[in-house]
Amino acid sequence: MSNIWAIAQRELQSYFVSPLAYIIGFFFLLASGLLFALILGLSSEATLRPLFGQLAVILLFIAPALTMRLLAEEQRTGTLELLLTAPVRDSELVLGKFLGVFLLLLALLAVTLVYPAILFLAGNPDRGPILSGYLGVILLGAAFLAVGLFASSLTQNQIIAYLLAFVLLLLLWLADGMGNFTGGRIGDLFRFLSVTRHFDEFPRGIIDTRHVVYFLSVIAAALFFTVLSVQARRWR
Amino acid sequence: MIKVEQLTKYYGPRAAIRDLTFEVAKGEILGFLGPNGAGKTTTMRILTGYMPPSSGTAIVAGYDVFTQSLEARRHIGYLPENVPLYPEMEVASYLDFMARIRGVPRRKRRARVDYVMEITNLTHMRDRLIGKLSKGYRQRVGLAQALVADPEVLILDEPTIGLDPKQIIETRNLIRSLAGEHTVILSTHILPEVSATCQRVIIINDGEIAAIDTPENLTRRLRGAETLQLEVRGPRDEVAAHLRRLPKVLEVAVSNSSDGRHTYTVTCELGSDIREQVAAAVVQQGWGLLELRTVGLSLEEIFLRIVTEEPQGVAEA
Repeated sequence: MSNIWAIAQRELQSYFVSPLAYIIGFFFLLASGLLFALILGLSSEATLRPLFGQLAVILLFIAPALTMRLLAEEQRTGTLELLLTAPVRDSELVLGKFLGVFLLLLALLAVTLVYPAILFLAGNPDRGPILSGYLGVILLGAAFLAVGLFASSLTQNQIIAYLLAFVLLLLLWLADGMGNFTGGRIGDLFRFLSVTRHFDEFPRGIIDTRHVVYFLSVIAAALFFTVLSVQARRWR
Repeated sequence: MIKVEQLTKYYGPRAAIRDLTFEVAKGEILGFLGPNGAGKTTTMRILTGYMPPSSGTAIVAGYDVFTQSLEARRHIGYLPENVPLYPEMEVASYLDFMARIRGVPRRKRRARVDYVMEITNLTHMRDRLIGKLSKGYRQRVGLAQALVADPEVLILDEPTIGLDPKQIIETRNLIRSLAGEHTVILSTHILPEVSATCQRVIIINDGEIAAIDTPENLTRRLRGAETLQLEVRGPRDEVAAHLRRLPKVLEVAVSNSSDGRHTYTVTCELGSDIREQVAAAVVQQGWGLLELRTVGLSLEEIFLRIVTEEPQGVAEA
């Protein structure tokens, strides 16, 4: 446990000294802030519901950027060799990396809390959907990061890691449409894997355990495959 | 402390190391000598638990590096080749991080980090970014992180590569000072390094052990016969004839030099030390003995002989 925390902490620290995290953070807040203002101006409703959908789209682009260097860079520079020869389990390494980037995501999302704060100052929004919406975004973001971490474990090249993660996430994102297109049993499977389908109900104020379990399963599966991928590295 | 038996590692069909068997006693410094690609790094990566062997076993500090990897790793400090470090971290916080994941308890961590920075002469660099350090300092940071958890076993892959001569001497002194407390394996392709730092040497070539011995014994073993060289003032042929008549002398070769002085190379039987007899014989004849010394091969020459020797049969053909 202390190993996981040590690795997560180091990861967070190195985000905050690298320009990349600031660029991503800037982009994230700029995009979400513009969308928030736009949506609010057009609808004049005290709700964050449309914004959560937009945040999910932004995360589709940003999550792979946050995770791309996590393991790819360690492999490229060789620092992975020191981590893998320290008395640290492969699973602790992977969980530490995941926790580090997840905390960064929480920090970014924490800044977006100014939007509901503005709504509460100016109007009287419904509290429930805002809370469930944030839960949905956190779960979706964590799942995206886990998939991104897996992609980062497969290569030494950060750009390849980004593109790989993006393609994997896009497949999950578009699975709903693909399911409708193919239909039948395979269509059902695609629809079941769809991220959007499982995400949509959170901003409406509905917390369905099936959807929570879906996201937790994606996270667990992606992290499990990441551990396997790190272990496989030893056998080369 | 370290026991390696029939260690073999294949990369695909190619064997990087084959049937390595050796032991290292507690407190010993063992040198791993061989040309690039001989299998030094592979062996070290197996010993540190970075990758498993294809077959064979390696026990470090009482733990099998494969089946009890985590326990074994707790007792090993490792400096990989090329010294991988995080450029965005400061020296002290990097060492603190390495101490943490290497299991140094919180209350001892600060003292350990300060101590290793002191013995590697890094204290004045503690707040520098690692990415801004020179190669020599980076190497020291690598050595400091290997030492930070006070491991029983240190595995150092090319610890002095890229250092300037002063730093090389400092690093060797540091490594020598670790003997006794720590068991050290270091690899190098620089020959004087092993005679300067190691108590025992393994010469590895093409994935196989070519020789294991002390640096002195290796020199003696490979000398085959003892050779003396002497410079004498006196009649050339008489001196040579006289030397040939001495017991245990196998051969005498003369090379000319100026004004009545000649250099004689005397080959004698292995294990015999006839320097006194030779000196007495020359002096009794009234000739001037100007110089007398044994000729040994430097480790460099041995190394060349071992690893550049052609396999049997090829040389005669």
